[in-house]
Amino acid sequence: MQHNHKNMNYFVDEQGYYGDFGGAYIPEMLYPNVEELRANYLKIIADPGFRAEFDQLLKDYVGRPSPLYRAGRLSERYGANIFLKREDLNHTGAHKINNTIGQILMAERLGKKRIIAETGAGQHGVATATVCALRGLECVVYMGEIDIQRQAPNVARMKMLGAKVVPATSGSKTLKDATNEAMRDWINNPVDTHYIIGSVVGPHPYPDMVARFQSVISAETKKQLLEQTGSALPDFVLACVGGGSNAIGMFYHFLDDTAVKLVAVEAAGKGVRSGYSAATTLLGQEGVLHGSRSILMQTEDGQVVEPHSVSAGLDYPGIGPQHAHLFKTGRGEYVSITDEESLQAGLLLTQMEGIIPAIESAHALAYLEKMDLKTGQSVVVCLSGRGDKDMETYMKYFGL
Amino acid sequence: MNRLEALFSKKKQNILSIYYTAGYPALNDTLRIAEELEAAGADLLEIGFPYSDPVADGPVIQGSSKIALDNGMNLKLLFEQLKDLRSRVNIPVLLMGYVNPMLQFGVENFCRACKEVGVDGCIVPDLPMAEYERHYKTLFGSYDLCNIFLITPQTSEERIRKIDSLSRGFIYLLSSSATTGKNLDVSEDTEAYFSRIQSMNLKNPLMIGFGIHDRHTFKKTAAYASGAIIGSAFVKNIGEGKPVSDFIASITGT
Ligand SMILES: Cc1ncc(COP(=O)(O)O)c(C=O)c1O
Repeated sequence: MQHNHKNMNYFVDEQGYYGDFGGAYIPEMLYPNVEELRANYLKIIADPGFRAEFDQLLKDYVGRPSPLYRAGRLSERYGANIFLKREDLNHTGAHKINNTIGQILMAERLGKKRIIAETGAGQHGVATATVCALRGLECVVYMGEIDIQRQAPNVARMKMLGAKVVPATSGSKTLKDATNEAMRDWINNPVDTHYIIGSVVGPHPYPDMVARFQSVISAETKKQLLEQTGSALPDFVLACVGGGSNAIGMFYHFLDDTAVKLVAVEAAGKGVRSGYSAATTLLGQEGVLHGSRSILMQTEDGQVVEPHSVSAGLDYPGIGPQHAHLFKTGRGEYVSITDEESLQAGLLLTQMEGIIPAIESAHALAYLEKMDLKTGQSVVVCLSGRGDKDMETYMKYFGL
Repeated sequence: MNRLEALFSKKKQNILSIYYTAGYPALNDTLRIAEELEAAGADLLEIGFPYSDPVADGPVIQGSSKIALDNGMNLKLLFEQLKDLRSRVNIPVLLMGYVNPMLQFGVENFCRACKEVGVDGCIVPDLPMAEYERHYKTLFGSYDLCNIFLITPQTSEERIRKIDSLSRGFIYLLSSSATTGKNLDVSEDTEAYFSRIQSMNLKNPLMIGFGIHDRHTFKKTAAYASGAIIGSAFVKNIGEGKPVSDFIASITGT
């Protein structure tokens, strides 16, 4: 597919849109809070005091920059240079904390006293509970009942961090429903609460704000790649997509470098045509979910379809509006990987590099098997999180 | 002037509007309930078309929406059920629901179907003013449909004025910022808020809704507006199989 990217804009416009996607489709009850955020977020992010505090916390508390590691044995296997961006080494074990640090500082500057969040795998919930403990703010995390069962260690971590974990018992009892419950909480608490959304989804300005906080991933990668290889630009960048925050973070500073191919890996679940899948771009149509116009899995009547993935973090029927735009314009290539392929890729990385990845991240790794890489090419894979939270799933699948 | 505007021009107080979910409790109850409501004395109907992810709704309407969807309700079927609406029901009817089912049905198709069956307007909580103005205002106008906007205690005066200028029919004043179905307790703050809006002398009539569940809360809120809206409390009653007329009598006291 050939596109002329020269005149394309991949970033948000004044109205909160990425091409046809984005906007703020929210009930009036949420308007004052979302508008307050919209009117202030760019000013706050541009403020040198904010910047300094954000950078300091990322460095001393999160442990950034995260390493860019050239995976020697994987490189040999695939006949190309495979680099792993080690977001799994961040404090709390995933990229999610880059965003929660940014948003907690934002919430403080907006004078908010109470924090709510949704979580799927529990990584965003843990990252939110962590920053709330750090700053002494009240924290309530909504989590689907099914996810509470399959991610028990993260539930315990959130509780130990002082957060209240509220089960979402409606619908599919997973991430989508946890997001609905968080939005309902915000409607009912309109004054002192900030909602820390965990991905590049939700009404404008959330997708752009979260993307800016996560963009540290690609900013560092460019610098590290230049130091290690003499070129800041790889041939391919790979990341998994739930809502799409680690992928946007990984793509962000490469968006205008059109020589770099951006590959987003969705969860095919038990197979794209199995009825148990979360491969949004393949199975979805344009529509509105959780406050923005994007692509989502739905029936022809516009009812949202319940997705499936072995990885709770990818078990979401939509993608962020910027991804919908990258997909529609062809700037990004959207592919999918099954439950089984991801678990095998997780085992492979563990045994070839000594790194146990989150099953979400293993989806991105699994796509390496399907690429036709040439000697000398380089690929950066966003290793978005570590696999500790997934040990039970790995144990069951591999009979460990 | 459509039926909705006609209602507000002739009745100035204690207008009773009832919300219920189409296809609930049973798939074919939609028109039966409309007829019974009119016979019992309701002035205005808001028929909900169900959505899988109703973020502005509490447990009761979430539950009725889920059952309606499981019963097989969708917009296409709803408009078929409403084919006989105007031979059986005279009071104004609004459709209420979320934007995604409308988008998949096609917004123009939706407007045309409303016009054909005699629906007078709609309430779409997650279709914000900016989007409505940019994409759909002309369309709604050309089919003579009223689009009803919500305001809350946190809505700024400037925005209320803007909403007033874009509105036709009435403005939906939320008793508090809340999801549907949380029982209202009319406090001093609430009354101060109602008075504040009332004294703005908006060009559109006001209807107060959310949390109104009995005769007391109906009277108390309706006093500050042209009337009030009852949703969850009514839905709960029909879910329990209680007669429509008994519920309306318990509100109006007739
Ligand atoms: C390790 C990890 N990777 C990826 C994701 C998916 O989220 P996103 O697409 O926003 O990066 C999650 C979500 O919980 C996660 O925990």
